[in-house]
Amino acid sequence: MSVLVGEQTRLVVQGITGNEGTFHTLRNADYGTKVVAGVTPGKAGQDVDGIPVLDTVADAVRTTGANTSMIFVPARFAAEAILEAADAGVELVVAITEGIPVRDMAEVHAYLEGRDTVLVGPNCPGVISPGVANVGIIPGEICAAGRVGLVSRSGTLVYQIVHELTQRGIGQSTCIGMGGDPVHGIGFIDALERFEDDPGTELVVMVGEIGGDDEERAAAFISEHVAKPVVGYIAGFTAPPGKRMGHAGAIVTGSSGTAQAKAEALERAGVKVGRTPTEVAELVQAALP
Amino acid sequence: MDLYEHQGKELFARYEIPAPRGIVATSADEAAQATRELGGRSVVKVQVAIGGRGKGGGVVVVDSPERAAAEADRMLGAGFKDMPVTRVLVEQALPIAREFYTSFLLDRSTGRYLGMMTAEGGVDIEELARTRPDAIRRVHVDPNLGLRTYHVRELVSVLPPDAREGAGDVLRKAFRLLTELDATLVEINPLVQLEDGSVVALDAKVTIDDNALFRHPDLESLRSAFPIDPVEARAREKGLQYVKLDGEVGIIGNGAGLVMSTLDVVAQAGARAANFLDVGGGASADQMATSLEVVLSDPAVRSVLINIFGGITRGDLVAEGILGALDRVEVRVPIVVRLDGTNAEEGRRILAEANHPRIVTADTMLDGAKRAAELATGAAV
Repeated sequence: MSVLVGEQTRLVVQGITGNEGTFHTLRNADYGTKVVAGVTPGKAGQDVDGIPVLDTVADAVRTTGANTSMIFVPARFAAEAILEAADAGVELVVAITEGIPVRDMAEVHAYLEGRDTVLVGPNCPGVISPGVANVGIIPGEICAAGRVGLVSRSGTLVYQIVHELTQRGIGQSTCIGMGGDPVHGIGFIDALERFEDDPGTELVVMVGEIGGDDEERAAAFISEHVAKPVVGYIAGFTAPPGKRMGHAGAIVTGSSGTAQAKAEALERAGVKVGRTPTEVAELVQAALP
Repeated sequence: MDLYEHQGKELFARYEIPAPRGIVATSADEAAQATRELGGRSVVKVQVAIGGRGKGGGVVVVDSPERAAAEADRMLGAGFKDMPVTRVLVEQALPIAREFYTSFLLDRSTGRYLGMMTAEGGVDIEELARTRPDAIRRVHVDPNLGLRTYHVRELVSVLPPDAREGAGDVLRKAFRLLTELDATLVEINPLVQLEDGSVVALDAKVTIDDNALFRHPDLESLRSAFPIDPVEARAREKGLQYVKLDGEVGIIGNGAGLVMSTLDVVAQAGARAANFLDVGGGASADQMATSLEVVLSDPAVRSVLINIFGGITRGDLVAEGILGALDRVEVRVPIVVRLDGTNAEEGRRILAEANHPRIVTADTMLDGAKRAAELATGAAV
């Protein structure tokens, strides 16, 4: 079992004809993901290795039954691509694109509120349910099918921690890279809720970083609503205040958003927090039956 | 991009937000001249993109051009809280009756704009939010609906009645600035009411979203006003995220989270990171080479740890980049390399074949951090 992506996934790729779009579409298809169409305005009629290219997402939904979209279009057009997918009735939109203006994302975020479309990202590595479907750029070969759900703000920390788990023989139900932008789609709470309800997931790993209060709010949610064991990791213990560490969201401002405060909030909620990715994998191993 | 006060006020002027008359000075003489033009009395304000200027001696009222020159000289010479200072803002000194605080920002926890107003000026807003949250009025604004009249009424209702109209006018203009110029913060602290009853922005703190600069080519040029380290400038040109820190282990990695984590793991291994450097996704051999040059240009660096987990980034290109850099720069310290992910095996093979005396390979991130820490602290003896 898995969350968000799985057997049911029928993928349309927006921006399929770009270099990265093509490369990762074919990797996802090789992995076994059902890629049903691509969309690049003005290129309808072409195909990418047999995958038909269409002009609009609505067309892809009508003619191929696409229910999931992956977005590789450039930053300045990406917000519109998300809206297009939502209006076409796509259930899940995974936006890989980085560098989208935050005002655009605020508009998208407000528009999606109360609608059925779920957004993952932007500026994220995507979602993989190992052995079943891969929507995004997470290297499939480092994952293994299993019972641990993982959600992370950082992309490369998904890789690092999944790798450490797989090397210990611990497989994953689904790995979600939610992205490091200040305004994004699915967050820790939404992911935890899905993993809690997923019979195929026995333990959840959540990987946070400095900045914002997503981890603190997730901690409050865990105390109230999550019965499954949760193992946590926070990056940025040694990050100095006021310096932005790459991700638009990763900055310690004043006394808020520090790794220490986040780790303590999670520990108070009963989450075991590892101090290194390796220790996270060890804690998971110890906690699994 | 955090703007200087005087840059923020230039934007305020575009939006007709009332502010004191001011002149930028880059020398003591210019500050004296500016004070003369402003009538012999002025406020000299250090221009740095950080807060706490009032308490730190960065804002001083002077009553003569000579005093203005002396204060400007002190500020330009000494810097402010370790920040270099290249300019001061000399402003008209106004008769202030009351001080308030207002701001609009993009609230990441709701994805909406948040407007705040309090009748207490010159405060540390985070401190006030903790101790007396009731003193702050807040409204959340739907980005698709914009600022409405009732939002403005709610915010200004915390102010004395005769200040509400003037403050409301500032709020509407500040919100337009926020949305039209892709700002993520417009903060006025203090917003003041003068003795004649009018409301004026005494300070301006504006942050512009870097991702949106393509829509505002005129704002991109504001960046050139910041004194920037030549090494950081070089890194930025190549699309690398580089932040100088105080330690001795140079760090290069891909992805902000992994790099932050690498900093932490090196610290646990008993050393300190000399920098944060994220080569980003899909790093090319050239970017790797530049990264090494940038990191090695810091004389405090005693070892380097390259920690790459390739998704988009390819291990073979990383290895080629490292070897390319060894041809371009003199390498005086050991370089520990840990490669995993896409084409990592190929990358490891390339490094093994090169058999370079300075390169040490590590199998895991933890081992790499330990080796780099040992090499850095050992070399320091």
